[in-house]
Order: sequence, then C-alpha cells, then structure tokens
Amino acid sequence: MTGWIDRALAEHDQEQHVRRGSPQPAPGTVREESVLERIDRTRRARPRVREDRITMSHGAGGKATQSLVEAIFLEAFRNPLLEPLEDGASLRIGDSRLALTTDSYVVSPLFFPGGDIGDLAVNGTVNDLSMTGATPLYLTAGFILEEGFPVDDLTRIVTSMAKAASEAGVQIVTGDTKVVERGKADGCYINTAGIGLIAPDVNLGVAHARPGDVIMVSGPIGDHGITIMLARGELDIEADVVSDTAPLNGLVADLLESTTGIRALRDATRGGVATILNEIARAADVGVLVSEDAIPVRYPVRGASELLGIDPMYVACEGRMVVVVDETGAEPALAALRAHPLGAEAAVIGRVTADPAGIVQLRTSFGGTRIVDLLVGDPLPRIC
Amino acid sequence: MRFVDEFRDSDKARALAAKITSLCEPGRQYKLMEVCGGHTHTIYKHGLEDYLPEQVTLVHGPGCPVCVIPMGRVDDAMALASEPDVIMTSFGDMMRVPGSNGSFFDAKARGTDIRMVYSPLDALKIAKQNPDRRVVFMAIGFETTAPSTAMTVLRAASSGLTNFSIFCNHVTIIPAIKAILDSPDLRLDGFIGPGHVSTVIGCRPYEFIARDYGKPVVVAGFEPLDILQSIYMLMLQLSAGEAKIENQYSRVVPWDGNITALKAIGETMELRPYFEWRGLGFISHSALKVREAYAAFDAELIFKVPGVRVADPKACQCGEVLKGVLKPWECKVFGTACTPETPIGTCMVSPEGACAAYYNYGRLTRTRVKEAIRT
Amino acid sequence: MCLGIPGEVIEFLPDQPDLVRVDVSGVRRVINVGLLADDMPEPGEWVLIHVGFALSKIDEAEAAAALEFLESIGQAYDDEIAALAESRIE
Repeated sequence: MTGWIDRALAEHDQEQHVRRGSPQPAPGTVREESVLERIDRTRRARPRVREDRITMSHGAGGKATQSLVEAIFLEAFRNPLLEPLEDGASLRIGDSRLALTTDSYVVSPLFFPGGDIGDLAVNGTVNDLSMTGATPLYLTAGFILEEGFPVDDLTRIVTSMAKAASEAGVQIVTGDTKVVERGKADGCYINTAGIGLIAPDVNLGVAHARPGDVIMVSGPIGDHGITIMLARGELDIEADVVSDTAPLNGLVADLLESTTGIRALRDATRGGVATILNEIARAADVGVLVSEDAIPVRYPVRGASELLGIDPMYVACEGRMVVVVDETGAEPALAALRAHPLGAEAAVIGRVTADPAGIVQLRTSFGGTRIVDLLVGDPLPRIC
Repeated sequence: MRFVDEFRDSDKARALAAKITSLCEPGRQYKLMEVCGGHTHTIYKHGLEDYLPEQVTLVHGPGCPVCVIPMGRVDDAMALASEPDVIMTSFGDMMRVPGSNGSFFDAKARGTDIRMVYSPLDALKIAKQNPDRRVVFMAIGFETTAPSTAMTVLRAASSGLTNFSIFCNHVTIIPAIKAILDSPDLRLDGFIGPGHVSTVIGCRPYEFIARDYGKPVVVAGFEPLDILQSIYMLMLQLSAGEAKIENQYSRVVPWDGNITALKAIGETMELRPYFEWRGLGFISHSALKVREAYAAFDAELIFKVPGVRVADPKACQCGEVLKGVLKPWECKVFGTACTPETPIGTCMVSPEGACAAYYNYGRLTRTRVKEAIRT
Repeated sequence: MCLGIPGEVIEFLPDQPDLVRVDVSGVRRVINVGLLADDMPEPGEWVLIHVGFALSKIDEAEAAAALEFLESIGQAYDDEIAALAESRIE
C-alpha cells in the first residue's frame, strides 16, 4: 500500500529536478516562500483520484468530490456546457436560454425537524435553478424505494413535495419509480431534474467575481447540517435547531430586480459556505477575505459545532445562498434580501480581493488571519 | 458563549501583544514550545502568530496523541477491526491516520465495521445494543482522556458486559517533555504547558523542568487570550531570570489535579515498561496498558495483534516536526506529497498536528497576510 | 483531542447518580460527572467537558480574576494609547 507514497515521492523528485535549473532560494523566510509556491503549483496540477474505491469523502462536497468530478466525470463527458461546473447548465435552445439541473437526495434520517427528504428534493432543485438566475418551472421526480418501506412514509414525503412545489410555484411533470431489495436504498432515495428559463440579460457565474466585489450571505449558516446530525440521535444532543430548507426563487427574483450588479449566486449545501468561497476564489482566480464576526450563526448551531469540534463554515445549509455583487450594487442588494422573509438576517461577510489569488482568508474575531481551505474528509455524511 | 467569548477579545490581545513586545531584549530570540496539540490548533485557527513580535518563535511539541502513534500500532488496530464480529469504535481524529494498508477510513470503504464515536461511553452503548458482536474501543489520548476510558472500563465491569474491550494507546506527557529537554538539537527558553492534561495531573509534575533544567513553564488555557497571557507570563519570568511553574488556566486546572481521575486510571491501568512514540523512539514508562484485574477488557489479550514494528516511510520527517526541530514547511514532502488528503505522516492527519494546522490555516507568509488586510 | 469545552449544569438525571444534563450555548447533552465525585457540581455551576465526561469544575472566582487581569491590561493599554494620542513632544 506504500505504492502511492513512492509515486508521490517520485513526483516530488521530478519537480526538484525541474527546479534545479532555477537559482536556489536563500535560507530563512525565502525558503518558506518557495515551499508555499511549490504547494500552489501542486494544488493547481491536474486533479487525480488516488483511491481505488469510493469513500464517503467523495460525497462530502469538498476536495475529494471536486477531484472526482473533474478527474472522472468531466474527463469523460467534457464539453463547453459542462465545464463551468455551476449548479445548473445554461443551454441555448432556439431563442430561449434554459437552465437544466439534476440532484439526488440520500439524506438520513428521512424526516427531521423543519422538513423531510421531499422538501429537500423540491427546494434543492428549485434553488440550483435559481442560482443560475433562472426562473424555475418544471421538475422531475425519480424514486428509488426499498422493499418494505412503509407506504404511509412515502405518502408523507410526496405530500411534502407537493406543498413545496406549490409554494415555489413549480410543477412536477414527470417521474419514475424503482424498487430495490430490502437492505438497499435506505428507505427512499429521490433523484430530480429541474428546468427553468433564464432572462436574456441575466448572466451569473462564480468566474465573474472581480476584486472589489462584495460577498453576502442570505441568513444564518449551518442550521440544516446540525439539525441532521442531531436528528440521527447518535450523539445524545438536544438543541432548538431546525433545518433551513426553503425555496429561494422568490428571494432571487427580488435580488435580481434590485440591481444589475449581481455576479454570482450559490446555495451553500454540502461543504457549506467555506466550499462556495473556495469555488469563487478558484473559478475567478481571485482572493476572498471574509470576517468571522460578520458571519451570522445561530447560538445553538455555534454551541453544537463547538461541542463536536466542527466549523460552522463547512456545515450544510439548504435555504441559504452566497451572493457576489459588484460594489455599486451592494446596498440595494442587501436591502432587497432583508426585505424578504427568507433574507431577513442577510449580512455582508467580506470582499473579493486581487491577492492572494485562489485563496480564501478569514479575519478571526480575535483579529488574526487564517486560511479557510476546502474540506478534507466528511464531518457530516449524508446531509442532503 | 460564556468562558469562551471573554477570552477572545481582540483589544485585550493587542494589549498583551504590546506587553510581550516590550519585554523582548533587543537582539535576543525567544523560543517557546507549546506542548499541546490543542494549543497548536488554537494558535493557527485564530491567527495568533500575527500578534507576536518577530523575536518570539513558537515551536510545536509532541502533545498530539494521534500524531505520536507509530504505524505498527495503527496496523494492529486495523487487524482488530478486521476480526469477523468486531465493531471497531474510534474518535474522529483517528479515522484518517495511515497505517501500512491505509487508514480506518479506507477500511470502512472496503466494508469493515468501524464507527466514529464522540465518547467512550458511546462505544459502551454500542456494545450493549449489539450483544452478539464484540466492540473494541480505540483508546488514545494523554492523561486528559485516560480517566474517561478508565471510567468506561469500570462501568463495563460493573454492568457485567462481556463484549467490550479497549485497545489501549494512552500515553503520558511528562516522559515526552523530558525527551524533548534531553534532546541535543533543541534550545528552548520555556514551555506553554498543556492545559487539559493538567486538570488531571495537576501542576506539580512539571516542577522538575524548572528545578532541573531551569526553564519556566506556564500552564495555559485554550482560548487565544489564554495563550497570549501565558506567553506574557513566560516573558516576565525570562526577563527576571526566573524559572518556575505558573498556572494561567487556574479557572479550570487545580494545582493538585483530579485525584478521582488519577485513582480511576490507577485502578484500571498501569505503565508499560516502554512504548514507541512516532518520531521520538522508545520511551520508558511513557504509556498505559490495561491492568491484569481488568484483562477481560484488554483487546490485546482477547485478540491476536500482529505487534510488528513498522518503520516510518523514508520521506516522513514527522519525528523532527514533533520534536520542534523542523517547522512544518521545512519537511521535504510538506504540501506536495504529504497533504491533508494524502497524508504520509500523522502530523498532517490529525487536526492538531502542526503540519495540518499550518497547511489548513497558517499557510500564508506574514507579509502577504498584512498586505491582504490592508486592501 | 484536547477538545474540552465549558458547559453549565442544568439538572441531575433522576435515577442515574453519575449523569447530568449540561447546556453548551443552547445545546443540551447528558454527560458523566463521575470524575468529580469528590465535589459534585450543582445545577448552575460550570464544568469542563471532554469526550462526554466532566473533567473539572470551572472556578468562577478564578475566571473572574483572570478576566479582571485582562481588563486591567486592556485598560492600561487604552490609557497608554490615549496618553500617546494626547502627548506632544515637540
């Protein structure tokens, strides 16, 4: 099993060999600089999946997921429409621009304070479409059911979906049902696809972020992930937290009407706000600087996170988005968010900077600075 | 949050930083070791080094109980986990520590029943709920955690459980500190003493450091102000030419420690004659094993463990990082072959490891940080 | 691993002498106080929690003293900064 270590060392030696042509750095702080440069180069190298089996990390929304998507899926399917790897694909059909998205829901437990897998499925899909700037219109719903799953539970889930769809103003127009043997599918898995219409003047994408842009979050973070973790009942922790699952299309519509300066929208699901910030930094090759004090976190979410040793910035939300807006549009954007019930606690959390590119920094409440990197591993599996 | 927020106030931090700076003798370098992994984590998480003058360097010590577990012991744990009816239970930080054949995490992907727990009591609960399986708890940690493992074993004994055992890898802090002090490659001026270990062992065990080696020790809390205040107290001692043990974390640490906790450890465990520490080699009387009276709960006796000593990969310089001889970025494979996703050594795997802390949080030179903040 | 965090004792569990319910920033959890047998905490007192056990009681007097020291440092610093701002050497 040390094979991969040998391979990694061989790469390292190769790199050193290449560098030998360039002048040797002087000792001291310059040495640190050169190591950091080496790290940057390594991080920008082509993604590769080193494992020979899928692990839970691949589903966490962090580094492993990113590597998997880029090295396996993007490699195989590569085309210009897929490459942006946004929440939904933007397609031109005739004179219209459509957004198309797909999602699967494997949350455990199926029912939790604040919602169930059905709510998540509808709201999550509606949100992915909204993040591209589209007006969500039609959804599909494919069910994979486990033999033995109570029909009452299925009815409960489907009723939630109908209600959520009605609230969001979308229709579920087609679907599919499969049943698998007892022991697979953990009760019920749901897959969805969604389609929406993008207005001609709307063009959102994380790659559009520019230095000087303002970054906002639409409300307190981490509610959903912590709710799920506590609902699993393995930790014997009780707290007054409920999932924040909600359809954001109304909020997005208000936001887009308030200013033309919106650069990008992303809903902070798996991997949390920290993952979104890293996606921005990477896609636009910019720096991101946020302030710990400015990030809204509910009191019990903070307590549960401290108790478990997790950082709320990596915890999933299901009804919150990160907004990147041009400096001039920041004030109207924030006002529009706060005027809407789902954005009442919206806050400015930081800015896009020119330097250091590709890196997300946090100014701690304490006044120091640290990096917020992409998640490694999976603190909260099966969150959505 | 009470007892937390008050110790994170940035104005007070600036005040302490100013005081620390004023105590620096011109031209003198100060090297202070923070022994405890939790301190390393706080320092990087809150960007504490931004507050310290250039003359004060913090050196990270071996106080990360995950980091010091040699690969051979990880292999032993993996062997236990692969026994047919075993449910292996472990703290989260152990899940990604690499042995010769991958980590618990990798084994889990291959189908081994390994479960993450928050407390050894959770492992006990799993044993009660699964009477037809045998539950093994991977017991790691310094004297901070040993009492909790001990209490759990006592509870298992009193409830007559027959399917619960521990794989004991508890280590003790004093021999590690002594090994550092005796190490020729290090020249330290003082120690930021471990906070939570001291709630159990008290402050007396550190007296030999001041008495025999002439170095001051300040037992420190884990909030950023605790650490800054402890550095300030060390600097006060150094500028007065003193060397004594002080307790900054007095709100939590009793000078005499926790007798009940020590008794629980003493009842269920005893010192091994020697134990291998990753990077530090074999240290005598530095680790605990289950006492004969509680043999029914000792996984090493119930199951066969390979017990093979495995050398660290040639490239791995964890040992030197653990001793504080090297800073993380000075390790040849830091950040390239060895990253948090592909850790070669434990310093990168454990969230308290110096390398992980630096990679995840501190990985910017000070000048770049200052520039970024100004914009 | 050194993860220890302060929590407030809310109540003892009725038939389990070693277990109490604590509150950590609005989150409630049951923990074992067996290690504090010599000096059991009362509801309203604070303890340090580590892997499901209370390791130590938080001494409010010491905590207050610690904060007072920090306040004094802070005050001295503020005074000095103020003095610096007001003084003129030229």
